[in-house]
Formats: sequence, structure tokens, C-alpha cells
Amino acid sequence: MSLTTTPSGAEPTRARSGWHPAKLIQPFVLLAPAGIWLLLLLVFPTLLILELSLIPGFRLGQPAGAYGLGNYLEIFQPVYFQVVLRSLFFAVGSTLLCLLLGFPVAYWIAIKAPRRWRNLLLVSFILPLWTSSLLRAYAWITILRPSGLLNSLLGVFGLPGQDWLNRSPAVFIGMAYSFLPYMVLILYASLERLDRRLLEAAADLGATPQQSFWKITVPQTLPGIAAGGLLVFIASLGDFVVPELLGGASSMTVSRLIYNQFLGATRNWGFGSSLSMILILAVSIAIALLLKYGDRSSAQP
Amino acid sequence: MSQTVIQNQDVAETGTKLDVELRKVFKVFNGETAVRGIDLEIHQGEFFSILGPSGCGKTTTLRMIAGFEEPTGGEVLIRGQSMANVPPYKRPVNTVFQSYALFGHMTVWDNVAFGLRLQKSSKSELQTRVGEALQLVKMENLARRYPAQLSGGQQQRVALARALVNRPTVVLLDEPLGALDLKLRKEMQMELSNLHRDLGVTFVMVTHDQEEALSLSDRIAVMNQGRIEQIGSPSQIYEYPQTPFVADFIGDTNLFQGQVEASYPSSLQVVTPNGLTIHVKLHDNGQLAPGDSVVVSIRPEKIHVSSGAAPEQMNYYDGTLKNVMYMGTHVHYVVELKSGDKVTVFQTNRAMALPSLNTPVQIYWSAADCIALSV
Repeated sequence: MSLTTTPSGAEPTRARSGWHPAKLIQPFVLLAPAGIWLLLLLVFPTLLILELSLIPGFRLGQPAGAYGLGNYLEIFQPVYFQVVLRSLFFAVGSTLLCLLLGFPVAYWIAIKAPRRWRNLLLVSFILPLWTSSLLRAYAWITILRPSGLLNSLLGVFGLPGQDWLNRSPAVFIGMAYSFLPYMVLILYASLERLDRRLLEAAADLGATPQQSFWKITVPQTLPGIAAGGLLVFIASLGDFVVPELLGGASSMTVSRLIYNQFLGATRNWGFGSSLSMILILAVSIAIALLLKYGDRSSAQP
Repeated sequence: MSQTVIQNQDVAETGTKLDVELRKVFKVFNGETAVRGIDLEIHQGEFFSILGPSGCGKTTTLRMIAGFEEPTGGEVLIRGQSMANVPPYKRPVNTVFQSYALFGHMTVWDNVAFGLRLQKSSKSELQTRVGEALQLVKMENLARRYPAQLSGGQQQRVALARALVNRPTVVLLDEPLGALDLKLRKEMQMELSNLHRDLGVTFVMVTHDQEEALSLSDRIAVMNQGRIEQIGSPSQIYEYPQTPFVADFIGDTNLFQGQVEASYPSSLQVVTPNGLTIHVKLHDNGQLAPGDSVVVSIRPEKIHVSSGAAPEQMNYYDGTLKNVMYMGTHVHYVVELKSGDKVTVFQTNRAMALPSLNTPVQIYWSAADCIALSV
């Protein structure tokens, strides 16, 4: 095989032993553009944050103190630890909400809807992604504020008005709205690949449609569920716009706290860096879990 | 749904009871008629095959028995009960799918146990029956494997075990051996036949492989373009085809278009446009009269070739040997008759010297061996 890559008869020994210089350089040439990009804009800044996080109480314009773990220990103070837990709560909650809302939609588009409508239906679901997240958050403010659309609608039906704005329900609604399209897209891809013959086989063996759904459809699409869940979880955990604009003072999250440390009143870059590292760690753990457990069924040899 | 085993003791009286009945069944897909009013009666314990070329409606027919398709017209009955509006999961049938359709996220054991678990079988019963089913198909050692870790033949066995374990009234097999290579297919044909004999359950198989249908089935329905051309035992189908399609589709044959010239109580005289006169013995009281258009079918293995003096036969023709194909057990000859017709002849290999090409030969066959089919 390798012989055919060299001009007829030229340096056959080198070609055969696989030491052709072009072959050695090839991977570097192919990887260099993305590699340099990642190195400059991801690895290097992350290492910088890591260093800052190890300098307790580092503030811009002040002399740096000695290295230490003070910034990390500060996270465990009840007031801050609560913020970490709340962020996880929002992320897990909006992930579950997206799954709950997204699965039936993706299922319907992928399996029940007429084939020629599918792309149109999908596009209409992705449409919200085309507007700025800021704009969408403002739209929700007008809907959720006490005299907003939601409460006037509830009023029409004689239901009590809800004061959701600036509280956790608004954060969940905002996050679910922002990230639902991703969930639907990933679940759709997974459900669309589902082998319908398996559902026929299950029915043939006596499974009702409900039983087929829980015993075949869900297990077969588990990789998609895990991937969609992870994506929404990561996006929700790092989301800044929704908790900032819809969550109010009571919905302090890690991302807002980081913002405050870098650009807000406190300006404690050291503490902000340690919070960032914790966020990166949480996302890395989630990805590691997905790689280890999320893709079981398709990973079978 | 009552799923009962039929033990092979009952075989003696199977002729009387019907497991599956199709009455004037039609199926139309988006304006295209796939099945055009077919009637079928499948007896208990029978190995019944539906044979036909692709697109003839045989798989659609099977899917209507399984319940995956509802007939557009007509009725499907299983054990005398109408299956109208009965979903697949309530029908006492189990299917072996062409693609096997094994559940990839479950082990072999769990695949086979799937149906029993849905029926809420007790744990001990589950263990025994799944174990038995796997033993039946010789897969007990691979119970912990996943389908993706099995070969095609092994997957086929699991699919069989998964269908048989529920003890259905009828086992439906959709081209069950289509995906296997020739050697494995022969092996599995033998095992299917043994399984059917041992279990005594009704098998309904769809296949396009005529050899498979002939060797396995008690009875065969030959389908073409949504209709049933003929139903009968393998030998009836092969020896006495009732339509030109059946004669042509099943096995190899030589067909001669022609017209009835004279008709006698037990035989016909047919003349082809090329001037060939063929004598045909009548097997039933056909209503063929002089002037009727017919197709005469004669199987290649019923024709004799001789290069010397031939015995006195009514169908005796001079020709030239145009092609000789040595097939091992058989030798295939193509003989061009004086009339210009080309006739294929099979002879068993009796280690004789093969005649060389373009030598004059005589061919002959008995009037009883050919058949006249009205067109």
C-alpha cells in the first residue's frame, strides 16, 4: 500500500518502512491551525485563570501575594457554597425540564409527523436561536412581569396571578426556553435513527405501545438523551444572561458571582478565578460521566 | 390471547382445523394495490410457504397476518377469530423478521425473555422456558452475549428462539434465511424443518427461494402480482403447475406457445407457430378445445437426449447440440431443434463421454411428462 504513494521506484526502502518525511509532518500540518487557535484562546487563558485562582485575594492593579488555596477555601463559606448549589439546582432543573418538554416534541417530529414536514418543523423549533439571548430574556420580562402577558392571561381564566419574575421559576422558564432547541435537535437525531422494526418486533412479542416505548425506544435513544442532557446542563450551568435578567437578587449563580468578581463591585479576580475553575471542573466531570456511562448501548462491540 | 402449544401427537388430525384463514383480502398502499383479493386456509401444524418474486405481495400478506398492516378489504382469521382491529401485541402469532430485529441493548437471554416478561411469567418459569428455547436453537452458551457480538447465523437462532419461547399458535417467518450464506442456509433449513417437526407449531414462511419452499413446506402458495396463482404440495406445484407463471417460476422449464390442434379424451395435440407438434397427456379433465391458445411446459430433466436410435416416442425431435454445461452432478444441454426452438435438457452425470458441440442429436419425452396450460 505505502509503495503506491511514492513515485515509481523512488526510495522504496524509506517508503516501505514508513519513514517518509512528509508522513511525519502531515499530522502537524493538519492539526496546526486548530491547535494554535486552541492553545492561544483556550489553553493559555485557562492556565492564566488557574494561576490567578491560586493567588488568594488577587485584585487587578494590586501586587500579587504568595500562592495559596485561600480562593478555593472561600467557596466553601456558606454564603458562596449556597450559590454553587443553587447553580447546580438551576442546571439540573432546566435539564430535566428540557428533557420533559423536548422528548415528546422530538418524538412526534421524528416518528409521527409526515416525513415532508419534518425539516420545516425542526427549523421552526430552531428559529428562536436566531435571535439574541438578551432579546429573548427581555421578551420574557414583558411576559412574566406582574402586569405582563402571563398574568393578564391567567386573569382571563380567573386564575390567580403569579409573581415569577426575579425568582427561580423565571430562571427555569428562561433557561428551558433558551436550551430546548438543542435538546430537541439532539433527541430528534437519535429518535430518527431508531430502527422501527424493533418496535414492530416488540409489538409482535406482546408489548403494548407504552411498553415498547419504555423498553425499546427509551433505551435505544439513551445516548441521545445523555448527550442532550449534558449539553443543556453545561449551557445552563454557565448561563449568565437568564439568571441575571430574570432571576433577580435572590437567584445568584456561580456565573453571576464570577461576573461580579471580575467586572462588578468586588473586583476580586483571585476568587473569581477559583469559581471559574470550579465551573470548568463541574463541566469536565459531567463530560467524563457521559463518556464513561452515557454511550453504553452503542459502545458494544 | 391464548397461546397454546400444539404437540406433535396432534399432527394426525391437523387436516381438519384451521389456524389461519384469509378471506378475499385486499391491501392498497397509496392507490397501489399490493394484494388483490386472496383466499388462504392454513391448517394446524402445517409448514406453509408463500412463494413469489419480490413485489408480489407475499410480505404484505404476512404482515397482515401479524397485524402490522390492516387489510383494505377482506378478513384475516386466526383460530376462527376475526383479527379485525386486533393489534399485533394481542395476536397469538410471533414473527421471525428478515432483519432479525433483535434488541441491541439487551443480551441474548433478555431478548428471548422479552415476551415472557411481558406476560408476567414467574421467575422459575421464565428461567426454564428461556433456557429450553435457547437449548432448542443451540445458543445456551452465548446467552450473555449482545446481538452485535453474534454472527448472522447465531442472530437468526436467537430470533427463532425469541419467537418460539412464547409458544405462539402460528410462527411467521419473513424470508428467515435470506441473509445467510448458502452453506449456513442449507444447515438452517434442516434445523427449521426439525424444529417444525418437533414442536408441531404452524409455520407460515414467506420466501422467494423456490428450492427452500419446495424442500421445507407441506404446502405452498405461489403468488404473483398480488394474486395467488396456485396452492398445493411441493410436488403438485412442481409436477402439475396450473398457470404458465407457476411453471416458469418454479424450477427450470421449457415453454412452447401454441394452439390446440386436436383434442382426445386423454390427450391433446398442440402445434406451435414454428410447426412443432407436441403430444400432451391430460392429467385432469381440462376444457381445452381445438383452437385454444396454450403453453406447453416440459421440465429439462424429463427430456432425453440420444445420438443414436431412439425408442418410439410421440414427442421426438431432431436437433443440433448447441451448448454443453458440465455441472458436476448434472450436465445441461441446449439443443436447437430443426424448427429453431431451443430446448434445455438436464441429464444426470453417468460418466459417459459428452457429445461434442454441433453434432446432430435426437431429443424425446413422454406425453405424460409435459403439461398444457391455457393462456
